[in-house]
Amino acid sequence: MTRIGVVVFPGTNCEQDVAWAVEELGGRVKTVFHRAAELPDVEAVIVPGGFAHGDYLRTGAMARFSPIMRAVADFAGAGGPVVGICNGFQILCEAGLLPGALQKNAGLRFLCRPVSVRVESTSTPLTKRAAAGQVLTIPINHFEGNYVADAATISRLEDEGRVVLRYCRTDGTVDEADTEANPNGSTHAIAGVCNEAGNVVGLMPHPERASSELIGSSDGRLLMEGLMTLTHARGA
Amino acid sequence: MQFRVLVEASPKEGIADPQGTTIKEHLPVLGWSNVGDVRVGKAIRLTLEAVDADEARRQVDDMCRRFLANPVLEDWKVTVE
Repeated sequence: MTRIGVVVFPGTNCEQDVAWAVEELGGRVKTVFHRAAELPDVEAVIVPGGFAHGDYLRTGAMARFSPIMRAVADFAGAGGPVVGICNGFQILCEAGLLPGALQKNAGLRFLCRPVSVRVESTSTPLTKRAAAGQVLTIPINHFEGNYVADAATISRLEDEGRVVLRYCRTDGTVDEADTEANPNGSTHAIAGVCNEAGNVVGLMPHPERASSELIGSSDGRLLMEGLMTLTHARGA
Repeated sequence: MQFRVLVEASPKEGIADPQGTTIKEHLPVLGWSNVGDVRVGKAIRLTLEAVDADEARRQVDDMCRRFLANPVLEDWKVTVE
């Protein structure tokens, strides 16, 4: 049974959804409070969405100072899979575990709706069960989801195949300028990126909220399932 | 010596500023149709001990780079008062 650590900060609000999805897939959840200095014995870590520390100063700015983030960084440094979803993605960017930042949506509106995303890389723990080019329907729920980075960082991400997911039309075509297909205006329609080693992934869409047909889509299961079939062992 | 320092962080050119845009859109309602651009940032005032003003400025600039501002999204200005 795959053990997944779910990090909870004051203001995190998606940990129950993540836990539900993980358990639905047969995994076991170990919730870790932000004050903990160490991670429990887990095979992967999820930093869920919400408003960690009230988004004070900036989204994710305070969370990176929580003691648990040092343990998460060490775990990531040792090759452990770490996934940041929505606010979790913003936190991983602020913590320097992922490049770039998430700025306010281009349309200046909070967006809460299903979007189509195309799988660009299958060499991450989150996307290894998906097929390259596969189009998934997964909801977004954010005000700051517009991915930005300097031009050099963007071209490096593209060259190294580190764009993991891209917003797209339902047929899989990508058009950065199409506000319907790329609703938050992300650079190169980027919805998710990974670090150099590929073990740290951040994404704005919520796969845990697309884990059952009952709630509109089960496409997120495919991503969550990737985390359930890990080969990573701590200290290995 | 104790210094009072003002940090002004504002969205970089090209970074969306919905507050600024909304304020700009509403100013003409009150008669100010002559406003060209509105950008909203944040001001952080702090005091700190440092040997001189240059040292205070240097330290606060470092704080901005590492914490108070996000260099991907914001520019900042440090004023020692």
